[in-house]
Amino acid sequence: MNETALSCANLSRYYRTRDGLLSRPKWLKALDNVSFELSAGQTLAVVGESGCGKSTLARVISMIEPPTRGQLVITGTAVAEAPPRSIRTLRSRIQIIFQDPYGSLNPRKKVGSILQEPLIINTDLSRHQRRDAAAAMLDRVDMRPEHISRYPHMFSGGQRQRIAIARALMLKPRIVVADEPVSALDVSIQAQILNLLMDLQASLKLALVFISHNLGVVHHIADHVLVMYLGRTVEQGAKQTIFNQPLHPYTRALMASTPFVDPSRRAKRVVLTGELPSPLNPPSGCAFHQRCPRAQDRCQHERPNLRDIAGRRVACHFTEQQSIDDRSGD
Amino acid sequence: MAVPGAAPHPLLEFWGDFRRNPGAVAGLAVVLLMTLIAIFADTIAPHEPNEQYRDALLLPPVWSAQGSADFILGTDDIGRDILSRILHGARVSLSIGFLVVTLALVTGVLLGLVAGFARGVLDIFIMRSMDVMLALPSLLLAIVIVAILGPNLINAAMAVVIVQLPHFARLTRAAVINERAKDYVTASRVSGAGVTRLMFITVLPNCMAPVIIQGTLGFSTAVLDLAALGFLGMGAQPPTSEWGTMLSNALQFIQRAPWVVTFPGLAILLVVLAFNLLGDGLRDALDPKLKR
Repeated sequence: MNETALSCANLSRYYRTRDGLLSRPKWLKALDNVSFELSAGQTLAVVGESGCGKSTLARVISMIEPPTRGQLVITGTAVAEAPPRSIRTLRSRIQIIFQDPYGSLNPRKKVGSILQEPLIINTDLSRHQRRDAAAAMLDRVDMRPEHISRYPHMFSGGQRQRIAIARALMLKPRIVVADEPVSALDVSIQAQILNLLMDLQASLKLALVFISHNLGVVHHIADHVLVMYLGRTVEQGAKQTIFNQPLHPYTRALMASTPFVDPSRRAKRVVLTGELPSPLNPPSGCAFHQRCPRAQDRCQHERPNLRDIAGRRVACHFTEQQSIDDRSGD
Repeated sequence: MAVPGAAPHPLLEFWGDFRRNPGAVAGLAVVLLMTLIAIFADTIAPHEPNEQYRDALLLPPVWSAQGSADFILGTDDIGRDILSRILHGARVSLSIGFLVVTLALVTGVLLGLVAGFARGVLDIFIMRSMDVMLALPSLLLAIVIVAILGPNLINAAMAVVIVQLPHFARLTRAAVINERAKDYVTASRVSGAGVTRLMFITVLPNCMAPVIIQGTLGFSTAVLDLAALGFLGMGAQPPTSEWGTMLSNALQFIQRAPWVVTFPGLAILLVVLAFNLLGDGLRDALDPKLKR
């Protein structure tokens, strides 16, 4: 296999919150003990409901926020131990594409200067070389050369997202984090942007962390899948393994809620009741037990650890049971 | 979805929005006219502003029976031509107003920018001092400052700068905090931008719309405050032809020769009104929330 581009061990990010001046501060565990490894050229899809910590994970691995605990290793260098001098180099190896292409481009800057900014900060290329590099990148994302001197508000959402992708690639990063890059776009545009992202990933050997709540898109793009619930990993493994036989009840519910045109692919609907609990006040035991169709007494008291079962890692007490049921049920 | 190339340049779009407001256009015209008058006061004024015509004391304007074509707006109590003094007064008012707004804007924006970026203790320190300054009535504060520094035009201008500064600081800080949370700032940070770059190149240009509006509105407040200080004898000192000073000098003749007070007062009114209209028009055109 390829070299490991990105590896996270027990990555956690807690926020301290206070209700009032006198109340005790509480810890909001937005991200709790997430671990994974990703090789160059591979795509990891992070899935989960809104508020499950997907975007926090994106912010932590793209070094926007430091992890509260755990280790982040980018192209073989541990970020926490890296000397300040090499932090900048590390930063340029990991770039992020945001969800909302309307907020992610500076409205006062022309596309040319948006694309050149990373080069101005990180390289000592001449003005001419920078301009050429920006034009070449614009061409790579299928935009026309004259677009370079226009302002972001002159473009559609899809075009803006192309520009955002181009900006992320200006520094030739090894890892790209895409935080729901297509969910703000028209359905007709989504496929174009996804295909562009996949083409660029293949030709540049990028490691891609793809954050999404659209399982259809994930099925299209991912090599590995990580399912999150309330800041924790509930199931992670190779895409085929997880899509063919999801073992965690939450993953099953997510899969079942994905619409498929082909009736034979539709799973039996598992309707989740209730809402995502507040991460400020997480349920005891298994965070999912209040909504889980298989929940038993044990789930209320004992938090399941991630275990290696059937080729993936799952955090559920009854995984074995589930996998036996699956075999006998069909 | 926008067709590429269909949207006009932001400046053109701004002009289109601005032009639709007749008051704002009139304000802009008066401001431009006043600026020209201030620049060319020496050429267009019929007389020297401080020259005293002893044979023409308190002469009424040209349209009244005793008026003379030499002194179109009449003369004051020591025979100086009121029109020439008003024209030269425009120079004083506008240049000092410009100085005041520039200084208040630059320092206020810097303070607001630093407060918005630093947060924490520095933010609290800067913003609470601004609140203290805002809590005092502006003219009273200005009078105290001039009383400490001594009454002359430059000290009065400094006093007005200090009075205006908190408005700019607050506006900038609010805009900075709002902009800083946006993804394009994070994107800049991810590509390695340092704090200085983020402050001045990434964030500041996006915070300027409210500041520019406050600048135009602040200009009219500055002119008015300076005239008030001049009227109270704490701003420009005689014989400088400053509008507020002209008013206070002529106050005792308001019954006998109302024109001596009327015309400087009208000049103040006109400039203040023009800048307010201009500022309102700029706000309507620049503020995206007020767009159709």
